[in-house]
Amino acid sequence: MTRQNMNKLMIGMVSLVATIVVIPIVLVIIYVVYNGIGAINWEFLTAAPRNGMREGGIMPALLGTVFLTFGTAIVSFPLAIAAAIYLAEYAGDNMLTRWVRLAIVNLAGIPSIVYGLFGLGAFVLFWNLGTSIIAGSLTLGVLTLPVVISTAEEAILSVPQSFRTVSLSLGASRWQTIRHQVLPHAMPGIITGIILGLGRAAGETAPILFTVAAFYLPELPKSIFDQTMALPYHLYVISTQVPDMPLSNQYGTALVLLMIVFSMTLVATVIRTNMRRRREW
Amino acid sequence: MSKAVASQISIQDVTYTYADGNDALKHISLDIRSNELFVLFGPARSGKSTLLRLLNRLSDLTEGAQRQGAIYIDGEDIFARGVDVHDLRRRISMVFAIPTPLPGSIRENITYGLRMAGMKETVLLEERVKQSLKQAALWDEVKDRLDSSAFALSGGQKQRLCLARSLALEPEVILLDNPTSGLDPLSTATVEESLQELKQSYTIIMVPHSTQQAARVADRAAFLLDGELVEVGASEQMFMNPKDKRTEDYITGRFG
Repeated sequence: MTRQNMNKLMIGMVSLVATIVVIPIVLVIIYVVYNGIGAINWEFLTAAPRNGMREGGIMPALLGTVFLTFGTAIVSFPLAIAAAIYLAEYAGDNMLTRWVRLAIVNLAGIPSIVYGLFGLGAFVLFWNLGTSIIAGSLTLGVLTLPVVISTAEEAILSVPQSFRTVSLSLGASRWQTIRHQVLPHAMPGIITGIILGLGRAAGETAPILFTVAAFYLPELPKSIFDQTMALPYHLYVISTQVPDMPLSNQYGTALVLLMIVFSMTLVATVIRTNMRRRREW
Repeated sequence: MSKAVASQISIQDVTYTYADGNDALKHISLDIRSNELFVLFGPARSGKSTLLRLLNRLSDLTEGAQRQGAIYIDGEDIFARGVDVHDLRRRISMVFAIPTPLPGSIRENITYGLRMAGMKETVLLEERVKQSLKQAALWDEVKDRLDSSAFALSGGQKQRLCLARSLALEPEVILLDNPTSGLDPLSTATVEESLQELKQSYTIIMVPHSTQQAARVADRAAFLLDGELVEVGASEQMFMNPKDKRTEDYITGRFG
């Protein structure tokens, strides 16, 4: 075989494999939309479930997931930014830093059910927060930390070194330099990371299982110390725990959850694209 | 305006070693007088920039490097305990080889150092903007668009903006690390002209773009080679009649 033909063959093969990667996700979306779109109407989105969850809507679960996502953001954002600033700007190559990095890598690999058990032990029982939105948000916050810290650190490191040098040479302190020259330019990247992390948190079931999620709770929570329903857990419940559950209802719930996660990813992508276009350097 | 008599600098037996064990500077001793335009020249990696970065302690950012010897500015040891390094960098301001505007408007660039130092009065800031842009010979070109992006300026304008940004701090010493490296001959001439103006108020230490430029602008000059100070002298003597064979070889283009 000539070199040119070999080249064409290899390009063809990697393109094919790359396309294959797209197929499962497209199929999943088509399948869920096809089966679920019929269930979606105004009542489905705004009513509480009735008749052992076989009728009515998903409103408490939907709002619960929104609350939890906000809670997760509030927990994760300051911690992740602080950690990323430390790692990118202050940390030298020493024992402590290496341990911190090792911890982050390992956190990313921990199964989500273990986060759930950790949240139960640490937040629900030890901190005595009970099964509550705050306990769930803390658990999901910890879950999102590795991905958010990594993206935030990357965003901070992508700010040109010369901005720092110039700022320092003009008499700014290290913190002023970070505050005025690094963070503003890294912020879109950091926010992208947060949203991606939240997208993952919104879809997780295991971490909220013991920390916040209610099996059936048609009223909305009154404070952050109350339990709430949440979409992923609700989906799990109606798929496995409720006999004679109408299928369209299950797929409708799955579709709403998918839409939430996808729209968050979409927002993240739009922010990133915008940032790249508006960047001056 | 700054005071008419600017700072004098005394470098005493400075040796600077990078983390990899290489000596970037070896036993440098040098006195720089007030209000002179002092040029540090020599081939690449001879230690010129390293010496500049020591003078405002940007060298602090280089991890693992070791320094011996002392540097005094108007008799004050800049490495002494308790020296406010941020204040030092405002007094000894630096312009880099590559024009380095910060993201933001022209005005924001000029006022950055002042704002970080805590200056808030708009009137005062405006005054400094105007004054420093005039000193850097950029005022007429940008006075109508102070709020437009600094990145929209041409290369030569950017570099004069960086100069103005340093001047806005009303420093005592200006360090210029090859400030005309990316500039066309016309812009270079503009910058060189403003230097003659500026040394009335400041002490200027400059790493030149070329030996020719060194000869054009310098009052006095020092020739550095492999981190060693080979020769110091007045410009006419250095470039017309150097004492050291190595200086002569470099100036006449036999190496470098």
